[in-house]
Amino acid sequence: MIPALFVFAYLALILYIGIFAWRGGPGRVGAEDYFLAGRSLGPVVFLLSLFGTNMTAFTILGSAGHAFTNGIVTFGLMASASAFVIPLTLFFVGTRLWSLGKRHGFITPVQMLRDRWDCSHIGTVIFALQAALLVPYIIIGVVGGGTALRAISGGFVPYWLGGAIVALVVMAYVFLGGMRGTAWVNAFQTVLFLSFGAAAFLIIDNAIGGFPAAMEALLADPDTAPLLTRERISPWYFFSYTFIPLSTIAFPHIAIFCFTARRLVQFRYTAILYPICIMAIWLPCVFLGVAANAMTSAPAIASKLEARQALAAAPASLPEEERAELHRRAAGDDVIPTMLEAFAPLWLAGLLGAGIMAAVMSSTDSQILALSTMFTEDVFTYYGGTARFGERVQVRMGRAFIVLLTIVAYAIALRVPQNIFDLAVQYAFSGYAATSPILVAALFWKRSTKWGALAVALWVMCAVGLNVYAPDALSWFGLLPVVPMTIMSCLLMAAVSLLTPPPPRATLARYGWQGP
Amino acid sequence: MEVRPRSMSRQHRLLWFVLTTAVYLLHQDVWFWSEARPLVLGFLPVGLAYHAGYCLLASVLLWGLTRFTWPAHLDEDARR
Repeated sequence: MIPALFVFAYLALILYIGIFAWRGGPGRVGAEDYFLAGRSLGPVVFLLSLFGTNMTAFTILGSAGHAFTNGIVTFGLMASASAFVIPLTLFFVGTRLWSLGKRHGFITPVQMLRDRWDCSHIGTVIFALQAALLVPYIIIGVVGGGTALRAISGGFVPYWLGGAIVALVVMAYVFLGGMRGTAWVNAFQTVLFLSFGAAAFLIIDNAIGGFPAAMEALLADPDTAPLLTRERISPWYFFSYTFIPLSTIAFPHIAIFCFTARRLVQFRYTAILYPICIMAIWLPCVFLGVAANAMTSAPAIASKLEARQALAAAPASLPEEERAELHRRAAGDDVIPTMLEAFAPLWLAGLLGAGIMAAVMSSTDSQILALSTMFTEDVFTYYGGTARFGERVQVRMGRAFIVLLTIVAYAIALRVPQNIFDLAVQYAFSGYAATSPILVAALFWKRSTKWGALAVALWVMCAVGLNVYAPDALSWFGLLPVVPMTIMSCLLMAAVSLLTPPPPRATLARYGWQGP
Repeated sequence: MEVRPRSMSRQHRLLWFVLTTAVYLLHQDVWFWSEARPLVLGFLPVGLAYHAGYCLLASVLLWGLTRFTWPAHLDEDARR
């Protein structure tokens, strides 16, 4: 229970930071103040908050869990690919979004797309797609919060209560502080969970008598030695993961965040330091997840390993319920909290537990705020709400949406016992990666048209649906579905754009292009 | 530190395109696919150490891109 008390104290602290940011901001906030912090974020808060926004429950819990089951390949699949592709997209796409936002007053990417292609309802279709893909991601945050609090408290705080506490805290500081409160809290949380990895590594290394012995033990066992290589997966499968980070710039909360920088040069510092931040958090988590396979002295980990062996030896006739139970027992999402409980002093486990909570909440808050921003700007304001009721009502509408969304996400989280990683990849990552050609075409290809964008949006809707109901339908040649989905999006954007009339000259001129 | 805008020749663009593509391809390190040894620093499997190094390489490339191909005109566009 002591670690849980530390986490509760931490939750109170970030609530205070959120409220402090709210009180420190301008008294009566307009839409740009509330949703974009007045486009005023400085370099440190911009870097830390952007990075934290993109780190999820999966970063600590899911990555270690995936590495526990699959080995070191987790780092190459998800961390190092992101360390290159994400800053590259921030450099090429993020800077252009910032410039257009500053020049035309855009608050959401859909506003930019509507203006760029003179489209109305097609913009609404893109909004609906982005919103639908973001909701599962928010649910992951609540699921992660519930899972983490249950593990940190040794089961004292049940999953439903942990999820509720996390949802309430996030909702409170997002509701009060808007983007300013969210960015400040995220910057603080990023510092915390960046130091988490190194601290956890050193503490556990000391507790188990050094990692070299653990690695040698894994290498000596034919069942665990492959975890230190990538021989169990194909190079094509590995390659296809380099498409997943394309999702980042297409995530509304990241694209909206690009509008918040005070100056363009902030993208420079962020792009350079982003890969190092990725390494600092992912390397220890993945390594610890792999090393956990050697920590059989911890009963909870030994139980997971037994369940994994039973699963491997289970006959095909094993009833589905028993198989699911073995999968649940063998899952590694809580392997880091379990290790901390077994090998770290209680108070330190609590402090590190706060780091886990930081990662859990640092993306959920931005996603909730982004969805609220999109709803108020792309629907409420666009269809005349702000003109009719005023900007104050617009901000109130945004806050009401935050409350509603959090409640809905929590209710769904109670009914979704699925592995965090599967949920994220199946619904959100692949879909967003496949929508990235819309953004790239809008910014870099003057001949692109709204019909091309509509074709991509419809294709992504169909492909995500197909992915959910028939997971193997798009897994061609051993590649992840994200590869054919993204390539098809590019082809559709190109073909449909060329077959339809280009945007008017006046529109192109606003974006610095001469006529078609 | 402010980066001054630079005009880029076609050769420069090609150079940075080739460098960026090369770093992207270096992610696919098939040469360490089935090897765990040597354990770098005594505990880090070589495949994992390689990808940690890859993150540093990515940072260096991004430094070069933002230093030599910085889109300074976007700052002026934003002020228009």
